[in-house]
Amino acid sequence: MCQCNCEEPKSNEALELEKVYVKYEGKKGALIPVLQAAQDIYGYLPAEVLKDISARLRIPVSKIYGVVTFYAQFHLNPRGRNIVRVCLGTACHVRGGAKIAEAVTKAIGIKDGETTEDLRYTFESVACLGACGLAPVMMVNDETHGRLTPDKIAALLEKYE
Amino acid sequence: MSHSSHILICRGTACVSAESREVQTEFGKQLKQRGLQEQVRVVHTGCFGFCARGPVMVILPQGTMYCEVRVEDVREIIEKHILGGQTVERLLFKDPVTQEVTEKIDDIDFFKKQVRIALKNCGHINPDDIREYIARDGYKALGTVLTKHSPEEVINIIKKSGLRGRGGGGFPTGLKWELTRKSPGKLKYVICNADEGDPGAFMDRSILEGDPHSVLEAMAIAGYAIGAGQGFIYVRAEYAIAVQRLTTAISQAREMGVLGKGLFETDFEFDIELRLGAGAFVCGEETALITSIEGNRGEPRPKPPFPAQAGLWGKPTLINNVETLANIPAIILNGAEWYAGFGTEKSKGTKVFAIAGKIGNTGLIEVPMGITLREVIYDIGGGIPEGRKFKAAQTGGPSGGCIPAGLLDTSIEYDTLLEAGSMMGSGGLIVMDDSDCMVDIAKFYLEFTCDESCGKCTPCRVGTKRMLEILERITEGKGTIDDIDLLKELGHGIKEASLCGLGQSAPNPVLSTLKYFEDEYIAHARDKVCPAGVCKKLSSIRIVPEECKKCGACAKVCPVDAIEGKPRELHEIDPDKCIKCGKCIEKCCFKAIKR
Repeated sequence: MCQCNCEEPKSNEALELEKVYVKYEGKKGALIPVLQAAQDIYGYLPAEVLKDISARLRIPVSKIYGVVTFYAQFHLNPRGRNIVRVCLGTACHVRGGAKIAEAVTKAIGIKDGETTEDLRYTFESVACLGACGLAPVMMVNDETHGRLTPDKIAALLEKYE
Repeated sequence: MSHSSHILICRGTACVSAESREVQTEFGKQLKQRGLQEQVRVVHTGCFGFCARGPVMVILPQGTMYCEVRVEDVREIIEKHILGGQTVERLLFKDPVTQEVTEKIDDIDFFKKQVRIALKNCGHINPDDIREYIARDGYKALGTVLTKHSPEEVINIIKKSGLRGRGGGGFPTGLKWELTRKSPGKLKYVICNADEGDPGAFMDRSILEGDPHSVLEAMAIAGYAIGAGQGFIYVRAEYAIAVQRLTTAISQAREMGVLGKGLFETDFEFDIELRLGAGAFVCGEETALITSIEGNRGEPRPKPPFPAQAGLWGKPTLINNVETLANIPAIILNGAEWYAGFGTEKSKGTKVFAIAGKIGNTGLIEVPMGITLREVIYDIGGGIPEGRKFKAAQTGGPSGGCIPAGLLDTSIEYDTLLEAGSMMGSGGLIVMDDSDCMVDIAKFYLEFTCDESCGKCTPCRVGTKRMLEILERITEGKGTIDDIDLLKELGHGIKEASLCGLGQSAPNPVLSTLKYFEDEYIAHARDKVCPAGVCKKLSSIRIVPEECKKCGACAKVCPVDAIEGKPRELHEIDPDKCIKCGKCIEKCCFKAIKR
């Protein structure tokens, strides 16, 4: 039984975040690395977490919100378990990247920037994955898939639970 | 223990996605089963540059290169090549045009014309092992500099070498170092700009993946030259493999005593911290990058003051691009004259290009400055596939422009590319053929810059949006001939008035295509036709009666039932129903349907 006067026990996530605060304590320019670590822990950046970071780093929430919305990497809403990134960079563009994006929408029923209701997939388009030699390319989580054709997409996505 | 054979397997991003990791594991497993692990060593390396043929591998001492190696091929390579001493013919490189087969890596045209300085270790060493870097004279340049040269001497060597910034601007590197050294203040910083964001450019990623220590060593040399003790590498978070290799490299360098305190028994100290970019193209601009490391929205600030005067946290800061830095150790070891011996009068040394698009050998190459576009595209790149015709080469990404066929013999230098209305940029080179629409390409780049504009200054924020709207009008058949003049006027205005490099160069793709392909714009705006058949609203799809075999396959795939006709009868497309999706074109085996 907890004998202290704390309101509620800390979640595992909060404990993890605590370690991050300790690591960056007193460091200049810590906001972005802390936000990145927090997003790794929670999967996205819930409003309460932003408030917590604001209190700990002594940075106004308004400023944090400004930073979070500036960078494409940060997300304020829950994300799917599998992140599907379709490359629409130049090399992929001239080799039919848009058709791959269409095939993804057809396969999982969501558009660029959306997440499926069951949180299985999030679909986003990106400007370049730097794997131009294999164009058209898409990335699912950390795996890059190259030399794609629209007919390969459905089976490929099916593998990600 | 000496090994009689080495198998070098590429583990760059492109080859990893083509399953080179699995191939490596299989080699390890099978060699062990046969008790050969003492004779044959399997090494994973960085990028060879031959990404189109991945996974690629080279077997030493013969120097045989195998392309597109699959897990199933491992047994044959071991039995035939390693044990039998013969080559596995079917896995050798075959020229896509001449069908000629080449065995040795050094004999392949793609590699023959290259001069590798920044990429010298990529594909040759295991990037996760600092000892392999040291074995190839790694950290020797840092040792030489710290024990034999004064900071001023180092700056002089770099100045004499003629090295210019490889990230796009082309500012003389030695001068940048000198300015930062001369700025008053005790605390200074070195930043490595690894926020490579140009679509189509991946040289920085490949250097970081294949030879991370060369960048660390160069940063320490730069730190000594300008008087800084702390460095930052700002790298894109999307480059997962590069981030992981850099993390390993930094910790190994600290253990080995080439980063940290008292380097090479002097009182010089230098350490490096990694910062991950959070996904904003504008952060590749140096002042925006600095603002981002400080923990803010990555918006650029006006120059002057330049980072050399007041950069990170207001302190003098040297900021160099990855490829620029990768040249530094070689320049120190071989001398300024040696480096200046490559290239031309005003552009010294070599440049790495990422060639992609409609070209036979996509990949990464390093060539001496002054080489012509024709040599790069036809001799190294293997020409245009599928018998199509070259139309334009896009250099410099969203900040650059398109160079038409008439200028194929232009030599590649900073100044000649600027004269042609494009720029060197970071070195992306995308080849387009006659099936690409130049108005569509210009629109594509503008969509990108419009999306990535940070919004701080009005010309860029509002101007790029207005230009994009005009281009959308033109490609949808709602444009007028006056729109073309409006595009030019707006473009020049945005170039003049924008705050940073992003806005100042954003209109380039439009202005350069207008310069060389104005007829295509006129065709779209006045005649409502897209000559290349790319812009959906301006093209119609038809069946060529002479080539149609009347199979009916097209009618089955049409999502809107716009194709009429019974099997064994000529089919026709109803233009009112057709949505120009192109499904029928893909389906037709006889290429009888054309836009």
